[in-house]
Amino acid sequence: MLKVIRLALKNLTRYKRRTLLTGLLIAFGVVAVILFVGLSGSFTRVVVGQITDSVLSHLQVHRKGYVASIDNLPLDRMIPPQAFQRLEAVLAQTPGVAAVSPRIKFAAMLSNYVQTTGARLNGIDPAKEQAVAPLLASRVKNAAHPDTLLRPGEVLLPELLAKGMNVKTGDTVVLVATNKEGSVNGMTFKVAGVVESLMGPGGRDGYLHIKDAATLLRMTTPEISEVAVRAQSFEGVEKLAKALRAALLPIKNKTGQPLFELHTWDQLTPFHNVVRMINIMILGIKIILIAVVLISVLNVMMMSVYERVREIGALAAMGTSPGRIRGLFVAEGFCLGLVSSLAGAAIGLGALMVMNLTGVEVHFGMANQIFALTPTIAPLEVVSACLIVLAVSVLASLQPAAKAARLEPVEALRHV
Amino acid sequence: MALVSLENVGKTYRMDEVEVPALSGVSLAIEEGSFAALVGPSGSGKTTALNLIGCLDRPSTGRVTVAGQDVSLLGRRQGAAFRGQKLGFVFQEFNLLPVLTVAENVEYPLLMIRDLPKARRGPAVARVLEAVGMSDQAAKYPAQLSGGQKQRVAVARALVGEPALVLADEPTANLDGATAQRVIELMKRMRDEFGTTFVFSTHDPRIMDQAEVLFHLQDGRLVDGARAGKEVAHA
Repeated sequence: MLKVIRLALKNLTRYKRRTLLTGLLIAFGVVAVILFVGLSGSFTRVVVGQITDSVLSHLQVHRKGYVASIDNLPLDRMIPPQAFQRLEAVLAQTPGVAAVSPRIKFAAMLSNYVQTTGARLNGIDPAKEQAVAPLLASRVKNAAHPDTLLRPGEVLLPELLAKGMNVKTGDTVVLVATNKEGSVNGMTFKVAGVVESLMGPGGRDGYLHIKDAATLLRMTTPEISEVAVRAQSFEGVEKLAKALRAALLPIKNKTGQPLFELHTWDQLTPFHNVVRMINIMILGIKIILIAVVLISVLNVMMMSVYERVREIGALAAMGTSPGRIRGLFVAEGFCLGLVSSLAGAAIGLGALMVMNLTGVEVHFGMANQIFALTPTIAPLEVVSACLIVLAVSVLASLQPAAKAARLEPVEALRHV
Repeated sequence: MALVSLENVGKTYRMDEVEVPALSGVSLAIEEGSFAALVGPSGSGKTTALNLIGCLDRPSTGRVTVAGQDVSLLGRRQGAAFRGQKLGFVFQEFNLLPVLTVAENVEYPLLMIRDLPKARRGPAVARVLEAVGMSDQAAKYPAQLSGGQKQRVAVARALVGEPALVLADEPTANLDGATAQRVIELMKRMRDEFGTTFVFSTHDPRIMDQAEVLFHLQDGRLVDGARAGKEVAHA
């Protein structure tokens, strides 16, 4: 086998320029795959990390039917206190749950005594919220209390809204809300900071203390809109979701229907579609790589056989078996693929390393955010790209190799 | 018993709807250790006869026996194996592999056809290179050699496996007169040194003179035509 590979490598040096060009083409394809997978993977991780760690958390539990109406922030589909206690018990007993934060979500009118506008607000327990969304604090600009998000009597306003109403940290604003019975209530709050906008649901919401939210909505017994749940690891989200769904299923409402519904982060944000699109594009890039390798190797090997017909005839005449002749040409395709893919992998990984050293920043969406990317690629992805190239190279060599092996020595020796 | 025997051999090629006879009713025998030539003008059937003896083609009629084996019966793979073990070839165009050195070209049959270990290949290659006077050129590539040198390497490659028979189709056609003479003399010397039977084709009268046995072919048939002092084959 080794002698066949050695001869194949030597044969590849016959037409150095052609081999080099084909090899570069294949290597370029591998580099493209590595860069795209590395950059898109890093981008996805950063954005998903922002969305889950500063807004959504990993999982959310709502009363059944809430998410279907989530744009309206319905107050008539809240989790009642007794049900919330049962939910807390289930969450406490389920392995893999790292933190839990109840939220009261509602719409209110915000006034700075000069202007009035609508606002979406989250009533939160600051300590619990920081546990499920650890990056939320990093989005708060001009924070009154950098150690705690906010205190009772304070509100964090979304950036665009604060800017539009010319409200700053320390200013006093009035929130007016209507509860589910239609009762209107208003309270004054001190602005404790401004929250930077973020793409996706909840990315432009304001925050206040959960006790203030209950008071503003005149809740005698606080009801909860949603419970954000953080898993112990991002990789364990699906497993935790499965376990929680099973644990929550037996909890029924009065009509015998499940009381709760559970969604993972990807079911709650449209960015998941972007992730899916990126994955489809990665598949597309790999298909292009396959086409590039297939066409270029097939072309090189067909030309190689055509140009060496007399030589093949001589080798066959001397007694070289058809199988060995076939093996020689398949080995040439294999070696071309191997050397090219290894070169492409080395260049691609080198480029990723340079990007990590120099830093890559991207702007995304309307949120005016800059994401610093740290592109990396799993070793398995690199290996799979190389294996694809090798497999396709061998595949592309089979037909020319079979043609070479089928040549009749007499006719081949006569070839001009 | 003759090393090579053709018994009433005929070969017809089919070109579109027309059948073209290349050989008909040829019978001949070549003894072991002979230095024989198939001679005749272009299109007389020399190459066809060599192809049949070399197990590269099958006769349409008759029987071809080489080293006791009816080669007409061999399949593709068996034919390749037989050639690899029993025959050596010298081509008009040399057909050396350009990416291999002289030594590697000579080593090829032992390495890629017979799968011999390095310990056996090395001495065999050195011996034939020494015999053809190319030891000092062993590390050179074919592109660095003259035509005569290439053909000497080709002869060494044909002999390295110690075959029973070496077939050479117009081995001097691409060489000038003096070089052609030297190559034929070399082949004859190799016959003497290795005891290998040589059968070659030529239409060059100066080369024919070197042959010990002549087979005259004309229009696909063996004809009389002896030269003085030569053993003459008869139809």
